[in-house]
Amino acid sequence: MMTESDCNFDVNLVRQDFPILSKQMNSKPLVYLDSAASTQKPKAVINAIIDLYSNYYANIHRGVYLFSQLSTDKYEEARLAVKNYINAQSEKEIIFTRGATESVNLIAYSYGRYFLNEGDEIIVTEMEHHANIVPWQQLAKEKKLVLRYIPMNDNGELLLDEYEKMLSNKTKIVSVVHISNSLGTINPVKYIFDKAKEFGAVTVLDASQSIQHTKIDVQSLNCDFLAFSGHKIYGPTGIGALYGKLDLLKKMEPYQTGGDMILSVTFERTLFAEVPGKFEAGTQNIEGAIGLGAAINYVNNLGIENIAKYEHSLLDYATSRVLEIPQVKIIGTAKEKASVISFIIEDVHPHDVGTIFDKLGVAVRTGQHCTEPVMRHFNIPATTRASFAFYNTIDDINVFINSIKEVISIFD
Amino acid sequence: MSELNELYQEIILDHNKNPRNWGIIETPSNASEGFNPLCGDHINLYVKVENNRIVDIKFQATGCAISKSSASIMTTLMKGKTLDEAKEIYNEFHEIITHGCADFEPLNENLEIFCGVKDYPSRVKCASLAWHTFLDAIDKNNNKE
Repeated sequence: MMTESDCNFDVNLVRQDFPILSKQMNSKPLVYLDSAASTQKPKAVINAIIDLYSNYYANIHRGVYLFSQLSTDKYEEARLAVKNYINAQSEKEIIFTRGATESVNLIAYSYGRYFLNEGDEIIVTEMEHHANIVPWQQLAKEKKLVLRYIPMNDNGELLLDEYEKMLSNKTKIVSVVHISNSLGTINPVKYIFDKAKEFGAVTVLDASQSIQHTKIDVQSLNCDFLAFSGHKIYGPTGIGALYGKLDLLKKMEPYQTGGDMILSVTFERTLFAEVPGKFEAGTQNIEGAIGLGAAINYVNNLGIENIAKYEHSLLDYATSRVLEIPQVKIIGTAKEKASVISFIIEDVHPHDVGTIFDKLGVAVRTGQHCTEPVMRHFNIPATTRASFAFYNTIDDINVFINSIKEVISIFD
Repeated sequence: MSELNELYQEIILDHNKNPRNWGIIETPSNASEGFNPLCGDHINLYVKVENNRIVDIKFQATGCAISKSSASIMTTLMKGKTLDEAKEIYNEFHEIITHGCADFEPLNENLEIFCGVKDYPSRVKCASLAWHTFLDAIDKNNNKE
């Protein structure tokens, strides 16, 4: 049996950074296996927010006084942290949003509406989160575009031959999920984007589930836009980012208009601010951005490669233990997978699984995971999903396995 | 595990595994369809009312054990009852599901199994789905009359 010492990673030390992990849920030690829905927060993030509000808070980009300047500096430092984390060329390419959903909507609105025309095509995949389907559907309806879906096989792997057949000069946008939230599949996005570029399409990466698991380099990935949410990478909710290539962002129209995004306003006309200010209308989520900056620094200190390696060892161990239980079927068995196990237990509905797990102190997600087409592909109503982060332990997985056995015995 | 046993009692597990009154009534006097978008629970309910009495009731459903067994138990309680009696049972169920049984002893002892559901707020909708669907079905009948 594997132990934590097999990995170059002191999980017990790391757990001390997360106050919530020592809490109980329903009088049982918390076993938090829902990090794909949202990650818990380290003290570094919590303290950065307390520090802001206790010591130097003021509105940003406005005041000439010291605290406004300090808040502005911290906010802009967070932008720089995001820029460095994904290896963008310039911090001007980083726009703070409410999260990945708003980031995708921004692209659809500010790029799609102005640069796509009737008959143009957008390609997404069958395994997208609804956030990377619905904005494009709405755009397609409005502009009479064609939306195509790259199909997948029953392991949850994209059929790249089918994708290549879809590509043509009509293809204007290829928007792909990097890691599937419901299946765990890691998609070959570099390959997908290189092919898209042969036809001059704009490439969009939904990095909601990859930003916290794997090194992302937007330049080497040939990625024009990237969307992610802060709360999935140990930061606060209500903040996320959109990366966009500077030349694209410059020619795009604003998403929302109002204060702080202008250069000059008269009754007759408005001159917009330069990128990224043009896309950040109104008072921004200052605490969110500063918290996200702290989260990225925290991840950098641990090292994303160390995180990836440790999480993969958790996935391997959990997968082997789950496979020992004949009543359980894993949904999503791609060769390249992140630390997510979606599963169904024979004759037990996932919501009953979730309720029993809850009483045992185990937090998992049950339902369709905002990927209804994926559920339809596998002809199932829902799954139970356990997702593992670097603060999970082998013990957590053992509790998880025992909980599955408990469910089976109750329903036997 | 005692708390869990309160929710997943033998009778609930039994009705989940062997739902009573499962199927379709070809010529129902009343029918309704219920959804719980949160969980994807779905029920088709068929009722045959003659002279103000429920002479037959059947359902087909997909969903969790709580929603399926609740539907099954509901149909066993409603079959043969007059519409007025059925509404009384519904009201009693509704009282139990919203307030529990601490200050209240169900007249209908078959409803006692629902006493614990109130402690699982995320599951109340599962248990109520079939009952709301039933009320909707018989209210349609009243509209017709």
